[in-house]
Amino acid sequence: MGTLATEHLLNIEDLDVAGINAVLDTARSFKEVNERAIKKLPTLRGRTIINLFLEPSTRTRTSFEIAAKRLSADAINMSPSASSTVKGESLVDTAKTLDAMDCDLLVIRHRYAGAPYIMSQNMRAHIINAGDGKHQHPTQALLDLFTIRERFGGFSGLKVGIVGDIAHSRVFGSLAPALRLLGADVTAIAPATLLPACPELLGANHCHKLDEILGELDVVYLLRIQKERIEQSPFPSLREYARLYGIDRGRLERMKRDAILMHPGPVNRGVELTSEAADTAANLLLYQVNAGVAIRMALMYLLLGGDRDGSLA
Amino acid sequence: MALLLKSARCIDPLVGLDTICDISVRDGRIAEVGQDLSIPKGLTIDLTGKVLVPGLVDMHVHLRDPGQEYKEDIRTGAAAAARGGFTAILAMPNTDPVIDCGSVVRYVLERAAKVSRTRIYTAGALTAGLQGHDLAEIGDMVEAGVVAFSDDGRGVQDAGVMRRAMDYVKCFDKRVLSHCQDESLVGNGVVNEGRASTLLGLAGWPALGEEAQIARDIALSKLTGCPLHIQHLTTAEGADLVRKAKAEGLPVSCEVTPHHLFMNEDHLDATYNTSLKMNPPLRTKADNKALIEALLDGTIDTIATDHAPHAAHEKSLEFELAPYGTIGLETALSLILTNLVAPGIISWNRLIELMAHAPRRILGLELVSLKAHSVADLTIIDPEMTWTVEEHDFVSRSANSAFIGSVLKGRVTDVYVGGYASLENGELVD
Repeated sequence: MGTLATEHLLNIEDLDVAGINAVLDTARSFKEVNERAIKKLPTLRGRTIINLFLEPSTRTRTSFEIAAKRLSADAINMSPSASSTVKGESLVDTAKTLDAMDCDLLVIRHRYAGAPYIMSQNMRAHIINAGDGKHQHPTQALLDLFTIRERFGGFSGLKVGIVGDIAHSRVFGSLAPALRLLGADVTAIAPATLLPACPELLGANHCHKLDEILGELDVVYLLRIQKERIEQSPFPSLREYARLYGIDRGRLERMKRDAILMHPGPVNRGVELTSEAADTAANLLLYQVNAGVAIRMALMYLLLGGDRDGSLA
Repeated sequence: MALLLKSARCIDPLVGLDTICDISVRDGRIAEVGQDLSIPKGLTIDLTGKVLVPGLVDMHVHLRDPGQEYKEDIRTGAAAAARGGFTAILAMPNTDPVIDCGSVVRYVLERAAKVSRTRIYTAGALTAGLQGHDLAEIGDMVEAGVVAFSDDGRGVQDAGVMRRAMDYVKCFDKRVLSHCQDESLVGNGVVNEGRASTLLGLAGWPALGEEAQIARDIALSKLTGCPLHIQHLTTAEGADLVRKAKAEGLPVSCEVTPHHLFMNEDHLDATYNTSLKMNPPLRTKADNKALIEALLDGTIDTIATDHAPHAAHEKSLEFELAPYGTIGLETALSLILTNLVAPGIISWNRLIELMAHAPRRILGLELVSLKAHSVADLTIIDPEMTWTVEEHDFVSRSANSAFIGSVLKGRVTDVYVGGYASLENGELVD
């Protein structure tokens, strides 16, 4: 029995405004817990959480694992080399096998879109999407929302620019619609070769020239250039990309005084940010990572049946 | 064997027939069409309330035989065709081995003669192994009985190769059937570039990837004089290119599938239904509308299914990994009746032209008409029967239909091929 209106978090659209706020409020409580010397709560004792990461990931998987352990759940990590998929098992059969082991919550990261939905159709467990192909990454969006709300107190009227490889970005797929839902104004900033066909369907305007809009933005969100995913060179060189879309000292100075820089990590120093800019922004980037653990704790807690008011009895 | 089909509404625009009458059949051909006929001996069947039309032809079918018989084979594919009202089908050559030489053609035709009441024709590959480089043994295949040539499943990427293929095929008075797909534009695209690719985070398959090759192949048809047929047209712009080619008098024809007429990318959602993954992909609602207009103005010659069976274990994968295609033989006619004939968008006459006469003309086959001496390939339809498309109810070996759950009105009850039933009262005849 969950306390969110949804059984699973497959897409960010599974949460309405109240749902997003419930997650962010609960995460704030957990963030305080995480600041204590003894960080462990007995809340999910006896519950089994499987982290199925079918695509290499260290940061996100670690964040989920820590979140589960802080709540005293039994967390099991499965990675490609350890799973049956390398032996040719279909995802449906993997789901049914894990279901037969009676797990309570499955966290799945997969390189193909829609994989979390397949799990939800073949398991009784709650499902959290930890990133599916180029589709969605809702927990990243939630931790970003948490970070923005902590900085600005809300979202209404905020101007958010998301810069970089929008077309291949599951982060954008989750973050842009959520920001729009919460009243922010979102602009995708990238060359046409890195934009999806219809960014407006994800709630975003778009423009090609960072410098034309940089001075108006409250949040400058830099997406990682995933060199391993880029096909058929959508821009001439990393050097040219950095000149047109990277944040350097000059662009830092042209940003609004209270604007913030965000990045889902890991940063390619010298590409999305110069080393100097990365160091300037480091505190906030690490804040995002820190908030990530609290957000994932909040989701586990709410999906597995915490109290609706978010109290941590 | 003699047969008397009584009191159906018999429709055939070729002879201007649309009336309730009787048809007698002897030795595989129509003996007489008229009122109150009788035969001295043989079988008399009362078809009151039914519609009788010249046998339908589907010129785009994947029988998967040889090589992928777990998806479909010649026997099950022929049965699915009969159940859908088709008296003849054209098999595509992307089998394993590819139908690219006379011996594989002979296998298909000999096997068909043994296990199929449905007439089975086959297309041959344009290029050896569908590799897009060297010409397949086109003359050898013509001698073995191939009626048209296609690298269906792939576009021929090299314009020079396509030109040589068309120059060569023309010498045998055959037609090139073109699957138009420019791989440099399409890449790994799996859904329409636009709404579906954006919302589902999937690689886009742009309309231009199809239209660019349609334009190229029309230009090559003009250059070489080789008759050209554009397969599974999906976009407004593609239809426009064919419309202009026809206005110029070029020997160009085209087909559209029921799924591209009646479904679009808006049907794709976060459930990632792999039965809606096809190549070319479902396009837009505006394209649906433009294709129906192209059906009405004669730009589109025929409806073909691109029947593409795949096993359940292949389709129940992640969307990006699942193979392309939907089955279509058993639902096509009912979809056209429900969505186009019943609401009065097209007439029965137009339906018969689209699904019976045009494909035979395009392929150079003997026409079938409701008149004396014509081959008795006949399709009989109950226009009032309402039914629901259900996954467990296909005679095809595969059930990957995009239309599961659809409620359709009008269904085939009987099919005769050369005067012999392949379907009787909705039941297959072995």
